[in-house]
Amino acid sequence: MARMKFLCDSERCIECNACVTACKNEHEVPWGINRRRLVTLNDGKPGERSISMACMHCNDPPCAAVCPVDCFLQTADGVVLHSKDLCIGCGYCFYACPFGAPQYPRTTDFGSRGKMDKCTFCAGGPEPDGSVEEYQKYGANRLAEGKLPLCAEMCSTRALMAGDGAVLADIYQERSLRRGYGSGAPGWSTAYGRNDRGSPFAPGGPATGGG
Amino acid sequence: MRPLRPLHALLLLIALLAAPTFAQAQLYQVPGPSSPTTREQVPLYVPQDDKVIGRVSIPDEKLAVLVQPEGREWREFRTHTLRLVIGGLAIAVTVILVAFYLYRGTIRIHDGLSGRLVLRFNGLDRFAHWTTAVSFLLMALTGVVLTYGRPLLIPLLGHQAFTTLAETSKSIHNFVSVPFVVGLLMIIALWLRDNIPEKADWTWIKSAGGLFSKAGGHHPEAGRFNAGQKGVFWGVVLGGMAMAATGYLMMVPFAVSGIGGMQILHVIHGLMAALLIAVVIGHIYIGTIGMEGAFDAMGSGEVDENWAIEHHRRWYKEQLRKGYVEDRQPAE
Repeated sequence: MARMKFLCDSERCIECNACVTACKNEHEVPWGINRRRLVTLNDGKPGERSISMACMHCNDPPCAAVCPVDCFLQTADGVVLHSKDLCIGCGYCFYACPFGAPQYPRTTDFGSRGKMDKCTFCAGGPEPDGSVEEYQKYGANRLAEGKLPLCAEMCSTRALMAGDGAVLADIYQERSLRRGYGSGAPGWSTAYGRNDRGSPFAPGGPATGGG
Repeated sequence: MRPLRPLHALLLLIALLAAPTFAQAQLYQVPGPSSPTTREQVPLYVPQDDKVIGRVSIPDEKLAVLVQPEGREWREFRTHTLRLVIGGLAIAVTVILVAFYLYRGTIRIHDGLSGRLVLRFNGLDRFAHWTTAVSFLLMALTGVVLTYGRPLLIPLLGHQAFTTLAETSKSIHNFVSVPFVVGLLMIIALWLRDNIPEKADWTWIKSAGGLFSKAGGHHPEAGRFNAGQKGVFWGVVLGGMAMAATGYLMMVPFAVSGIGGMQILHVIHGLMAALLIAVVIGHIYIGTIGMEGAFDAMGSGEVDENWAIEHHRRWYKEQLRKGYVEDRQPAE
């Protein structure tokens, strides 16, 4: 069974924002919500790097642990999803997430938040695969169609990769060996450094953490 | 000078071309002696302990934070520390009160009921008190639902029903904060001048308000409010203000602070809540089953004359002097 991960090779990313645009278009993401974004480090300075960041689908997701209504689930492929039927928009997952992945539609002028939205690894939500409800709430389910996330598929320099973690690590190490340098997979120690839970979890399951 | 010009130009050209190449060698990673020679030497997991902040081209500037490892500590607070502190304090105070009740029982009026009443809190006083009290209790209850609901209520209600409860709780928590603040401001306006600490409070604190003298009747003299009540007043006023300030800032997330600030606001709000819940449990105890005649002060607003003399003699004398109370018994 694959363990789905993202890997953004910052030596290759050219900050073209194609991944961001592809994501917005594929899932009809509303204004103000960024499931994927590009962060440029040391902008305009020596050693500038750009990194494409979204939900990393962590081994031990902090979002799932702090959620007061236990709305997160994990697929057998390790993709972290959530149920918008259960989410109350409290915003706790954003405080806990190391990568700033959870996003909230603004529902009033006072900044109150609607139901959380985040990268689904193009795997939809808890609704039946390919259903209209699933598309409306979470966007396209490419994984169910045998396709990988569009952001990575779209990347012209192959900086952003999505797929089985072992394969990604293999490609990245081969690539770094050939070119002679590599500064590590951004976010991997934070997202995948902790031990895997061992089993996928669902709301109410014993493995959701947070108690 | 003339024949040298082409040479100058050539030197300049070489310099211009060479400079960037030299600079590039420093600015960009290139293969070198430290290059990996095997796959295993290529780093994958690079430890990340500090916040990484960059620049984003989207309007949402808080997303410029690429990695924030502090979320881990906040997760620990939210999932363990907060639950331990709120529950621990509340249970500890309850246990102490039960023990105290077994030891002391209801504190009776030493001279019994006189049957004559003294107005202690007028309608406005009581309105302010109960506005604050009811909103506080509602917010404490809804806050506790959101803090403990996942381990305690989801197994009972199921996920869908608990989401409805949690969503309602969140709305009640937000809306009721408004009457809470109104009540709090009224309380400050009405009672501040009677709650300024004075020398007599020290005597009260030293004898613990006579709480442990079983004989009863012998209370340190107190004005309108004794040191214990003043403690509750300042706890509720200052704590309530801190709760309101942090709470409203959390209602307008990221209005004044970034992610780190929001985490700190939540921690302050949670710890303050734990403290206030514990204080209010004690306050409710002494105002109801803990002391005979105390509830009337906030219930009907009128207390028994003997209660007033025993617990707030100085205040009672003031009422006498001002002519609010008919002097029916010989002065002591």
